[in-house]
Amino acid sequence: MSVLEVENLRIEIEGTGIDIVDEISFHIEAGEVLGLVGESGSGKTTVGLSLLGHQRRGAKIVAGQVRVDGKDILERSPAQLRALRGGTVSYVPQDPSAALNPALRIGRQLEEVLAAHRFGSSHEERLREMLEEVLLPTERSFLRRYPHQLSGGQQQRVGLAMAFACRPRVIVLDEPTTGLDVTTQAHVLATVRMLCRAHGVAALYVSHDLAVVAALADRVAVMYAGRIVEIGRERDLFLASAHPYARRLVEAIPEISGEHELVGIPGTAPRPGHRPTGCFFAPRCDYAVDICREQFPPRERVAERREVRCHRWQEVLAEAVHDRPLAAVRTNGASADALISIRNLQAAHGERPVLFDIDLDVAPRQCVALVGESGSGKTTLARCIAGLHRNFTGELALRGIPLRPGARNRSRDTRRDIQYVFQSPYSSLNPRKTIGQIIGQPLRLFFDLPRRDQHARIVHALERVQLTSSVVDRYPHELSGGERQRVAIARALVSEPALLVCDEVTSALDVSVQAAIVDLIAELQREMELGLLFVTHNLALIRTIAQEVAVMSAGRIVEHGPVDRVLDQPEAEYTKRLLADTPSLESALAIAE
Amino acid sequence: MTAVAPAAAVAAPPVGRPLTILLRRAWRAVRTKVGVVLVVLVVALAVIGPFFAPHSPTEFAGIPYSHASSALPLGADNLGRDVLSRFLWGGRSVLGLALLATALGLAIGVSIGLVAAYSRSILDDVLMRAMDVILAFPSIVLALVAVATVGPKLWLLVLVVGFTTAPRVARVTRGASLEIVERDFVQAAEALGESRTRILFGEILPSITSPLMVEASLRLTYSIGLIAGLSFLGFGVQPPSADWGLMINENRQGLTIQPWGAVMPVIAIAVLTIGTSLIGDGLSRAAIGLERGGGER
Amino acid sequence: MSTAIRFVRRGISGFVLRRVLLGLLTLLLVSVIVFAATQALPSDPARAILGRTATPESLAALRKQLNLTGSIPGQYAHWLKGFVTGDFGNSLAARGEPVTQVLGKRLENSAFLVLIAGEVSIPLSILLGVLAARRRDGPFDHTSSLLMLALAALPEFVVGIALVVLFGTTVFHWLPAVSLIPPEDTPFQHLKALILPVATLVLAVSPYIARIMRASMVEVLESDFVEMARLKGMPERHVLWRHAVPNAVAPAIQVIALNLAYLAGGIVVVEFVFGYPGIGSALVDAVANRDLPVVQALAILIAGVYVALNLMADVATILVSPRLRTSLR
Repeated sequence: MSVLEVENLRIEIEGTGIDIVDEISFHIEAGEVLGLVGESGSGKTTVGLSLLGHQRRGAKIVAGQVRVDGKDILERSPAQLRALRGGTVSYVPQDPSAALNPALRIGRQLEEVLAAHRFGSSHEERLREMLEEVLLPTERSFLRRYPHQLSGGQQQRVGLAMAFACRPRVIVLDEPTTGLDVTTQAHVLATVRMLCRAHGVAALYVSHDLAVVAALADRVAVMYAGRIVEIGRERDLFLASAHPYARRLVEAIPEISGEHELVGIPGTAPRPGHRPTGCFFAPRCDYAVDICREQFPPRERVAERREVRCHRWQEVLAEAVHDRPLAAVRTNGASADALISIRNLQAAHGERPVLFDIDLDVAPRQCVALVGESGSGKTTLARCIAGLHRNFTGELALRGIPLRPGARNRSRDTRRDIQYVFQSPYSSLNPRKTIGQIIGQPLRLFFDLPRRDQHARIVHALERVQLTSSVVDRYPHELSGGERQRVAIARALVSEPALLVCDEVTSALDVSVQAAIVDLIAELQREMELGLLFVTHNLALIRTIAQEVAVMSAGRIVEHGPVDRVLDQPEAEYTKRLLADTPSLESALAIAE
Repeated sequence: MTAVAPAAAVAAPPVGRPLTILLRRAWRAVRTKVGVVLVVLVVALAVIGPFFAPHSPTEFAGIPYSHASSALPLGADNLGRDVLSRFLWGGRSVLGLALLATALGLAIGVSIGLVAAYSRSILDDVLMRAMDVILAFPSIVLALVAVATVGPKLWLLVLVVGFTTAPRVARVTRGASLEIVERDFVQAAEALGESRTRILFGEILPSITSPLMVEASLRLTYSIGLIAGLSFLGFGVQPPSADWGLMINENRQGLTIQPWGAVMPVIAIAVLTIGTSLIGDGLSRAAIGLERGGGER
Repeated sequence: MSTAIRFVRRGISGFVLRRVLLGLLTLLLVSVIVFAATQALPSDPARAILGRTATPESLAALRKQLNLTGSIPGQYAHWLKGFVTGDFGNSLAARGEPVTQVLGKRLENSAFLVLIAGEVSIPLSILLGVLAARRRDGPFDHTSSLLMLALAALPEFVVGIALVVLFGTTVFHWLPAVSLIPPEDTPFQHLKALILPVATLVLAVSPYIARIMRASMVEVLESDFVEMARLKGMPERHVLWRHAVPNAVAPAIQVIALNLAYLAGGIVVVEFVFGYPGIGSALVDAVANRDLPVVQALAILIAGVYVALNLMADVATILVSPRLRTSLR
């Protein structure tokens, strides 16, 4: 008997009869990690929380069973549920900085779990053990600290300690490494794996990051629009998925080797209440035939412990996976003269220096990737170039002409030549303006055009980013994240710049959308012969788009060179470590072999 | 990402202009409708009431504090004037003065708040310290100081009430703008070289209309109370003019004999202020709901 | 926080010191406003007080008494010096008695009124706020939120008169409609006369505190750490009082202080309505009589109360938030 069995779980939006997730069934053995992956809005967290008999405001479990050691927890009384939570089934939250009570000391928060579940006799000794298990310092002074006095990694370790405190049977981990840098993430993941194996805990690992799941999970369930579309052993699923969505999702993951082209999935997942009859993925699916649009596919067994919901899984499976198109050969069209050149640049935030001795060139028609973890200073450098960060010294020149700090101090032509695309399209578009007004703004400022020509240019810019002209009168909130980022790109390109600076433009987007945006930028760069500075924390993205890469760490460029050389034979210690710690599908699967 | 409450993640994004969406959503709440009905009722009373007044508001029509009769439906006041006629005439001054004062306070407060939030410099400190100094006086005390020096003048009331409203509006404006100023679209406009004035009034101001509308209705509520209160204390509208605040003061000594002279204006002011604050609350709830991503609450 | 005095010591004592300095600076600016409003206006206060028929001699005498001779900065310096040394000048109305003497007893009466009102309204409104937030969108929450909304909207004199009509004069005759306290008595001896004014102040102030407390609690109850506490299997009572309330109080402290300060202004109208012999009614009388020295003294006093309460609130907020405490170290 499995430790955890979930049977036909259905969760609705309270009082509406609209389902958020439905027909969810899976089971987890002792010591096994099941990865639950899906894009935002797929319902994975909702499912995760239901294992504790908990739902957030507005959601309600209406049918199904969640059995722990054979007993259904959904039938329990509130008091019995309390005894279960944190005791038999525990939870590790997404954002530990928000999940620890800011007003209580760490020790108190750890101890109250033990107290509430009357675990063990000596709390003090158990506390020591708990801290040791998650590799935290065991001094008393550590227990007297408040959450804000810990680093992000330490906070998450406290979360882990709390979850493992009462030796649970089941543990739910909800994207516990989001927001941690890759090295910390690698350590936290190793701890999780070790603890689950050692104590025979059945773990559900909820994540949007397939690479992380590949590195950790024994089996994987893929969710799409509130349903599990495929579940199976991690290797089978990633190497030869039987569901078209799972397959496209894998193809959308950037790989460090960069052998294959990144392929996004067009369209967006349908929201609850707006889901079609038939297969929910059918509108976006290449394999869809009539039956897919009429009938929701049943659960079918592909192999031992492997199930899929697709009418055409046999055809999908028959097709070789590695038909995935190879990446186009990246020609280096760069010319000798630098478009933008940076020499000996130093920058500070207030009194605190953040950038040291930066030298970097971007040639016309060349794409340079700027890679680093959060806090490495890469965004500050990009902002210096765009005139958004003024506090710097050193040389910064466009086509040999020095640039002054601050966009306002630069000429109209300079401002037009350098365009910037921000990280989050949710923040970079004014919610009170129409798309037409947003794209029209640079036109008004840089070109003296009659109204009719303006409109034509706006429509042209939209077409260039593959949006229809019908969005001109819409507001940003009516568009999806990917569409908004396209608008932001259109705003940058409408001024016909020479240099485009893209700051983490995909990090706020889902994987399937990310691939499409990167693809679009690469294509536009070739077409419009732009110089491109592509800032990212994701090493796996750069081979797809860049010819050169500069790796940043702690405010300095630690390694700089052609992409293939840096990724294949890294010289700097930091680059080597970064490459080793970055979770990727390829390496995870290689280890599994 | 997944932290969004399910209910919020679910609702389809409403279509259309954000301001229209806000108003439509606010209107859906019963309390907003009730508020609008109450306000419309009192405003209509104040505006067209005088045309239905049976007597002149200053004419002596009966014995002081005489009870209701067919000639004087609500009886007579402390000097023997018709309570109904004075009541029908007495709303215009409160409404007019309160509206003017609120408008003045909003104009000054919004400008100061926007400039302070966007300046990111010592100017922000200086402006907000100055606002704090004015805030150190309860509004009514500042008004009384001014009246003590200049005397009870109506223009002074508008000026002082506007002046005490401004720092409160400035605080709210600055508070709401601080978060907007950090958004990338403001930076995007800066990088494009948009002028400061256009950034303040074209990018930031439209983004804070919902908190400002809530604040405006709140400020209007207080201005009404303050102006009526000053008249009640005897420092606002002067006798023999008809004014609700003044009427309460004139007739409160006779409450045991003939309550209508004081009670009617009390009811009218109460209905008006409750109405404006219900509207404010409806707007505020709608705005919060929208921020959360469309939840119905 | 002002950059100008950021160099002052770090740490909590440094923080308090900075705040005190800032408060004193505010008070200084307050005095400038009061002075400007009462003395430096282009109109001649002496003429305004005595009217058109005044003789040149009486005008000159009053100008001298009002300290209206000499340059404006000189006048201000002289006036401020008097203030700092406790000399508020002489009342123009009360037979030329010193202002301190006119106000002494009344100050006690008002303080008594405000303290009682504060002691009733603060615990009451915190409890109301917590209860409403706990059963959010339940019947209690809906009723109390509408009631609080309506009460917050009503001007105090409307509440006061309504209470008088209900309990004093017209509907019932349970309580005195006026709170006359003979000069030789303390308010303690006339508690029945205090019920209506205190009730008015409580009704005027509680809605604000209750609403901020509710809003603050709602936010905290929605937070990740409260969800986490529940998922750790903590009993609901423990979650509410140990995890949620301590975090919800911090934002409410500022509002409580603001409202106590507001009580200091609210008493002006309330005391007038009930004829209560405190500084509020004294201020109204002084304004009616154009007794400028009394007006000046009271305006600065009330502003001083505000500044002091704000200071205490800032310190209290720091003390209840570990995070802020650390950031000061």
